Formats: sequence, C-alpha cells, structure tokens
Amino acid sequence: MAEISHADDGAADVARRPGSLTLVPAADEKLTTKDFKSDQEVRWCPGCGDYAILAAFQAFLPELGIPRENVVVISGIGCSSRLPYYVDTYGMHSIHGRAPAIATGLAATRPDLSVWVITGDGDALSIGGNHLIHALRRNINIKILLFNNRIYGLTKGQYSPTSEQGKITKSTPFGSLDTPFNPISLALGAEAGFVARTVDSDRKHLTSVLRAAADHRGAAFIEIYQNCPIFNDDAFAPLTAPETRDDRVVRLEHGQPIRFGAQGQFGLRFGRYGSLEVAEVSGTDPQTLLVHNAEEADPSYAFALSRLDVPGFAHTPIGVYRRVARPTYDDAMTAQISDARARQGEGDLAALLAGPDTWQVG
Amino acid sequence: MTKQVQPLDRVIIRFAGDSGDGMQLAGDRFTQETATFGNDLSTLPNFPAEIRAPAGTLPGVSSFQLHFADHDILTPGDAPDVLVAMNPAALAANLPDLPRGADIIANTDEFSKRSLSRIGYSSNPLEDGSLSAYRVHAVAITSMTVKALEEFDITRKDAERAKNMFALGLLSWLYSRPTDGTVKFLESKFAAKPEIMKANIAAFQAGWNYGETTEEFSVQYEVKPASLKPGTYRNITGNTALAYGLVAAARRSGLPLFLGSYPITPASDILHELSKLKRFGVRTFQAEDEISGVGAALGAAFGGALGVTTTSGPGMALKAETIGLAASVELPLVVCDIQRAGPSTGMPTKTEQADLLMALFGRNGESPVAVLAPATPADCFDTAMEAVRIAVKYRTPVIILSDGYLANGSEPWCVPEVAQLPRLRDEFSFASPNDWRGPDGQPNFQPFLRDPQTLARPWAIPGTPGLEHRIGGIEKASGAGTISYDPANHDSMVRLRQAKIDGISADIGPLEVDDPTGDAAVLVLGWGSTFGSIGAAVRRIRLGGGSVAQAHLRYLSPLPANLGDVLRSYRKVLVPEINLGQLALLLRGRYLVDVISYNRVRGLPFRASELASVIQEVIKNG
Ligand code: SF4
Repeated sequence: MAEISHADDGAADVARRPGSLTLVPAADEKLTTKDFKSDQEVRWCPGCGDYAILAAFQAFLPELGIPRENVVVISGIGCSSRLPYYVDTYGMHSIHGRAPAIATGLAATRPDLSVWVITGDGDALSIGGNHLIHALRRNINIKILLFNNRIYGLTKGQYSPTSEQGKITKSTPFGSLDTPFNPISLALGAEAGFVARTVDSDRKHLTSVLRAAADHRGAAFIEIYQNCPIFNDDAFAPLTAPETRDDRVVRLEHGQPIRFGAQGQFGLRFGRYGSLEVAEVSGTDPQTLLVHNAEEADPSYAFALSRLDVPGFAHTPIGVYRRVARPTYDDAMTAQISDARARQGEGDLAALLAGPDTWQVG
Repeated sequence: MTKQVQPLDRVIIRFAGDSGDGMQLAGDRFTQETATFGNDLSTLPNFPAEIRAPAGTLPGVSSFQLHFADHDILTPGDAPDVLVAMNPAALAANLPDLPRGADIIANTDEFSKRSLSRIGYSSNPLEDGSLSAYRVHAVAITSMTVKALEEFDITRKDAERAKNMFALGLLSWLYSRPTDGTVKFLESKFAAKPEIMKANIAAFQAGWNYGETTEEFSVQYEVKPASLKPGTYRNITGNTALAYGLVAAARRSGLPLFLGSYPITPASDILHELSKLKRFGVRTFQAEDEISGVGAALGAAFGGALGVTTTSGPGMALKAETIGLAASVELPLVVCDIQRAGPSTGMPTKTEQADLLMALFGRNGESPVAVLAPATPADCFDTAMEAVRIAVKYRTPVIILSDGYLANGSEPWCVPEVAQLPRLRDEFSFASPNDWRGPDGQPNFQPFLRDPQTLARPWAIPGTPGLEHRIGGIEKASGAGTISYDPANHDSMVRLRQAKIDGISADIGPLEVDDPTGDAAVLVLGWGSTFGSIGAAVRRIRLGGGSVAQAHLRYLSPLPANLGDVLRSYRKVLVPEINLGQLALLLRGRYLVDVISYNRVRGLPFRASELASVIQEVIKNG
C-alpha cells in the first residue's frame, strides 16, 4: 500500500489519541467546528432533530485531533443518511441498509482512517439488519450512529421497525401489527462490544457518548433518539417533558451508583430471573442497589438494563450500557497478513504462478 | 509378459463412480501425470451438487473426463474412448456418451444383484451381452484393492476407499503415464496418516501391476508429448487462473487486493485460493451475504484498494444494486460471475452462459459497465488482469463472465514471466492535491470533472488532504459532484457514463477473425467458454475441405469497434451460445444483422461434433 499514507507519521502522539484512532495520524493544526462544515445547504425539515445531531457531531470532530482527510462518514438511505453531505470530510451516501458493509471494506483496508456510519431505524434495522448485526459481532473498527425517530421520514411516514405496535400510519391505517425492535437489546444480542444510547436534544450527553465511542477500539453502536416533528412528533416526549423526564430517564455513568427521580430517590436492583427492578433508595439495602458497570464482560446486565423501557419508556437508561474491549476484525486481519509474511516471506509471484508441478517445452 | 505398445494421437478417458468414490481426485491426478508428461490436455469435471448423494444412484454419479493428445486440442472431447465405471449407476449414466468400440473398465465388485436392480437393470450388463458393441474389461477393483492392502493396519473401509488409486494405477499403466508425481502427492496428502499413505501408494502400484500382468489388457498405449510453444508449463483450472490473475494485477498495479465474497458454487474456489495468499497482502473477507461482499469491495475501492467480489448467478442478482452504485459513483470494482445453470438455484454444478444480459443490463436506470468473458481456463488469468486494467483506468465496475466449465476445467498453461505482465501502475494514478488548486492556491477539487481522454473521474482517496468530497447514488452535478436534480445535467451524466464505457472500445483493439482461406461465407461468432468447442468444430469443417470463419468475443461491453463491419462482411453469421440466444439478441438489436442462433442449455459444454454438423448445415443452406 505504498501510495496510501500510513499511520507512522504521528506515532509519537499515539498515547494522547482516542482508542479507535491509534493508527490514524495526528492533525498538524488544531481544527475547529467550521472546518467540518461543508458548503452544502442543510435540507432537513425545520425543527428536525438531525440538525442538533449534526451540529454536535461537527463540534465534536475537532476533538479527535486527526486531520479532516482521515475522517470518513458513510451512510445508507433515509433522512439521517443525508448527513455526510454536510460534513466536510470524505463521505459516501450509499444505498439503503448497506453502509456497514461498505464501511467494513474501507475500515479493513485503511486502519489510518476514522470511519463513521450514519444510519436510521429503517436503514439499519429493517433493510440493513443483516449488515448491522454482522458488523457488530465481527467487531470492525467503525462507529455506527443510529438515528432512531421510530418512523420512515424520507418516504413520508410509514411505520418503522422501532414504531410502537398499533401505530397508525399511511401504510397501517388500522394500526401496525409487528412488535418493535429494541435497538440496544438487538446490538447486545449481536455481541456488540460498545453499546450506548443518547438523545438529540442533550448536546452535552450526546457529545460525551461520541467521545466514549471514539475511545473504543472496535465496533461502537450508538442509538440516538431523534425527533421527527413532521411524521412522528414528540415520539420521545416522556423523556423530555419536565413533568416526566426525571422519573423516566436513567443516566448511566460507569462506576457511579444508578440514581434517578427528581431527588435521585430511585435506584435499580436485580429482581428474580435476572431482570432489573426499580427500588426506592430509602428503605432498600444499599448492598443490593446497583452501581453501573459498563465493563462487565457478561452482557446479561446490560441486556437487563435495555429492557427497562418497556412499556412506553417506563424507565429509559441513556449513556454507555456496555464498553468491553475485544480484538477487532481489522486488526486481526492485518495481524494474519504480517504473520504470514513473517513465516513464509513476502509472496513470490513467479513461484506462485509456476506452482509445484511444471514441465519444460522446447 | 511384454505387451504390445500402440501409439495414439489422442485419447479421451472418463472416470465415473459414486460421488464418494474419489473420481475427481483420480481424474486430477491423471491430469497432472499427463500434464507433466507433456501432452496437451483439456478436462471436464462433472459432479452432483449434493455433497454425498445417495450411493449407487444415478443422481449420485460423479465423473471426470480428460482429453489428451500429442497435438494442441481445444475441448475435453465429445465421446470417451475409455470409461472407468466404478458401479452400475456410473455405467448407466455414461453409456449413452460412449461410441461403439470404446473400452469399459467396470468394477465387478459393485455389480451385485441389489445395486443392479436399484437402477433398473434386470440382468448384469457385463454378462448378458448387451455391451457387445464395446470392449468390456471386468475387473474386481474393490476386492483386489482390499487384498493388496491386507498387510496394512487400516480398517476395511479405508482399504476400500483406496480403490480409486487402484483404478488410477491401472489407467496410468494403460497409457504409460509417469507415476512419481502421484506417489509424491500421496506422500504429502497423507503425511499425517502414514499407514493410510502407504496403503494408497500400494493400491496405486497394485493397479499398475495388475495392468502389466493380467491378460485382460493386451495392449498398452502411448500418446507422445505435444509440441507446444517453448516455455515453462503447468496445468491450471479457470478458478485458480482467475485468482492468480487478480493477485498479479494487484502486484502490477501496486494496489492492495481486497476480496469481499460469500460462498457459492462454482465460485468459492477463488475465495479459497485467495484466502491462502496472505503473504501477498491479500485481504479476503467472507461476508454475511452477497450484498455485503460487494459492498465491502466497493468500500475498499473507495479507500484505494483493488476491490473484487466473486459470485455466481444468484449472487449476481443480489449484488445488482451495489454494482449500480459503483457505476454511479464511478469507482473501480471487479465483479466475477462464475455462471451456472439457472434460473434461481438451477443446477449449481453445471455450466451455462445465461447471465450475459443480466451482466449488461440487470440494474435499475442506465447503468453501463464493462463486461469481459474468458475463453479458456488459462485465459481467466489474462482476462482478470485486463478487467483490473479497465476498472482502474476508467474507474468503472467490470464484470467477468466465467462459468462452471472454465472454473473447474483445466488445461496446460505457459506460465508468463512476471516482468512481461502488463504494468498496470502506468494505467492510473490517485488524484493529488497539487492537481486541484484554484488561482488563489486554495483547493478546488471537482470529483466529477473527467479526464478528457478516458472520461474517467479522479480517484481521490481518503487521507489525501484538500480533496475531501462526498459521493453517493444521488445524481451528481457534472464536475462539482454535488447533488443535482437538474434535468439537463442528468441527461448529460447518463450520456457521459455511457460514453465512458463505449470509449473503452478504442483501447481494446479490433475483433480478430480467423478466416484462413479468406473466402468463407459463414462466420461462427462466440463468446466465453464456447471457444474450445467452436474452435474444434471449425477445425473439423476445414479438415473436411470446408471454409468457415471464426471470431470470438472477449469484450461484451463495450463491443469491439469493428464488430458491425465484421458481421456484415459474411453472408451468414452463426452464434452458438449456452443460453437461448442472448448475444444474438444483442447483435440483432445493435447491428440489424440477422444472425443465426444455435442454443443448447444442458448444463454441459457443446460437443464439437454437434457444432460441426450445425456449421455444415448452415454452409450447405448457403
Ligand atoms: S421527515 Fe422527519 S426525520 Fe426527515 S427531515 Fe423531516 S423532520 Fe427530519
């Protein structure tokens, strides 16, 4: 890969760089939000949650400390998938559902890039479900941001695989019949090493989750609750309305006791059969109240967390559910190649073409 | 006993047995012995799609045909001179192909009443005189193998399993093949199981010795080496040649090779072959599905790698959308379709040429790509290199249409010198920031501003400062590459994409016609794997004093610039295809020439004799 610039340029800075970027060169200069804004006019509907996510993402990218040209944003199809056009890096707006597959080929051949996948609930969980789960289990070094608005926006309002059952939409005038996916549960079931959830309206939280994802080497899955004011307004209202949000939103912080409610009066403890239940802090044995541990190797706890939002956002944890390091596919692929070269030497093309059984004529 | 040695100029043998009988291995070894001896050869493996179809049944028959000669040959041959039938089913399945007078070597041990009745024989054909038109050699292959291996510490089952080596030994004696290679092969194949290794070698030698001593075989044959052009030769299958062509292209272009692929018959061997070649820096990715395989290859290409995907018909159908994206974003991508009999699952292990129109047109919108087809197993190497050349030079998907016959068939290949291979690194370069600065010195990259000669757009890979840009499947403004819904721009982009592919015709040379007498009225035009059959048929016509011209298309898109003139310069044009006339449809549409289509879709290559009579008929009808 002689023509492709490689990681060594910035080797001295490796220690400072986020975990997913140790093979990416360091930026020569400090970049700003402006450097990541393209000249394209942003064309989402007024009030769309995508604006806030884009702004947070553009403001966060300079933090990575890597050159603009080493960032690649790849999306599928849908409202959210227009995002790459607005970020002044390399980008590809691909086809419906396939962004994780395309990003896999890129990340596997270019460890010197920071690769971000932008997708939505229809794109990632319906038409592209297969690629999503396999990218996660394979643990390729890509960051997947799933904008979940629980509706099909670009095709004008059909129900999506995360819409609540019974949803009345253009394609389901009598109510949708299917049970929705819980994206966090799905990602955990797919062996994801990094799983987080955040919301479009909480810039600070969103940025902290992006930061944690960038620091994780391997596939990172971030579900972002995103409001679609046109076709599914207030889908996440219980989580943002002042009267309900304190009781509903459970903020996860690694190493911290889990507390929620206006006065932090609630905690979580294990119930029977491995599920979690809400407990009043006062009057509960403190030993049984959970301290959040995102690094627990077994995903059962994270899975139990992901089930708390049923029904109707009863209690909805946001933050990093799981952050467990394991070998990445792309690193392992590179290692096999260096290994083969170390053991067998660099490939000899003439010897390969001739093979072991030749004969001479003339 | 000394036996008479009879010289022959060519022989066709067929090994046939149950799919568990090891006939493919016996055939492979005989092929390798024959190659080493210096004959020209051509092979046709033919096996069921089921891994182990029920033993002793007609659907379970697996065969391997080999044609070898003291002169250059073009096909695996029409009709076997010798059939090795390891059981009654193998005899019944292959008998219709045997000419009168052919030798049949039958394994009598398997001709029990039960196995005979299983396939509908009421009496034993080896004994009831029904095979009197053939020379039948009844040989107790299984029991002689078991007897020869008595002294080895192996199970009876393992001993019986070595019967293919006995058969190979006997055939090796019959045709005076060198045996060292097979002994060496068995030594390395069974290195971990020394007793099995010795037993297999002993079975092989027992077969040879049986031939030498028994009176059943009174004549030994000899086929002298062929006089091929000087060089170093090896035997190679189409899939291996294709894999090596890709590796060679990666080396000669300086691009790292990335293969995204999902297992599918008959393409998987390319994935297997390339996955061994990590020391060449080859990255193979076994994807979760066909779509991911091509998607990952396209992603790799975006990053500046040589992105390749391999598949067969059903997988091609699934990849269509991504190939369309590659055509739209104009990135290099090599798609290898190893065609098999369709539609749907069809007959996975049988050959066909029916994906041509899908390769050319099977995507939404006007979505032109380059399409190439190799003519012979060894030609898969050159075709792969040429596909890569076109892909990187024109930044386009290129589809290679090989097929099951080329994939598994083999022939001697004059191994090229690496230094003589095309220097693909001269055909392209990545976009550099210095080429894209405005008068103010600031970057002004235009990802869809085309090279005026090739109409290729710049290949600007991530990591290049100043060339940050976004591409996608939405229509792009010519030049700037930004989203554009402008009607005139779309019309222009549709035409530009087509013009780019059409323009490749100036870069591929004219179609050459083989018309030695110059007075032929009939041209036979083929494409892909029918080259050998058509060539052999044409040879027969000429040997019989007839005049006929032959031309063969390697480029299906774009077609050679002179094709229309060639077609119009013959009174009749015959187009044999293993489909229902797909190239013929194209030629009639493009050139308004009333070509004659000849089609058979049996899952097998054409027989030369069959094509010869078709050609004869066309000539006669003037
Ligand atoms: S339809 Fe909904 S998701 Fe799409 S841009 Fe408009 S508001 Fe945003």
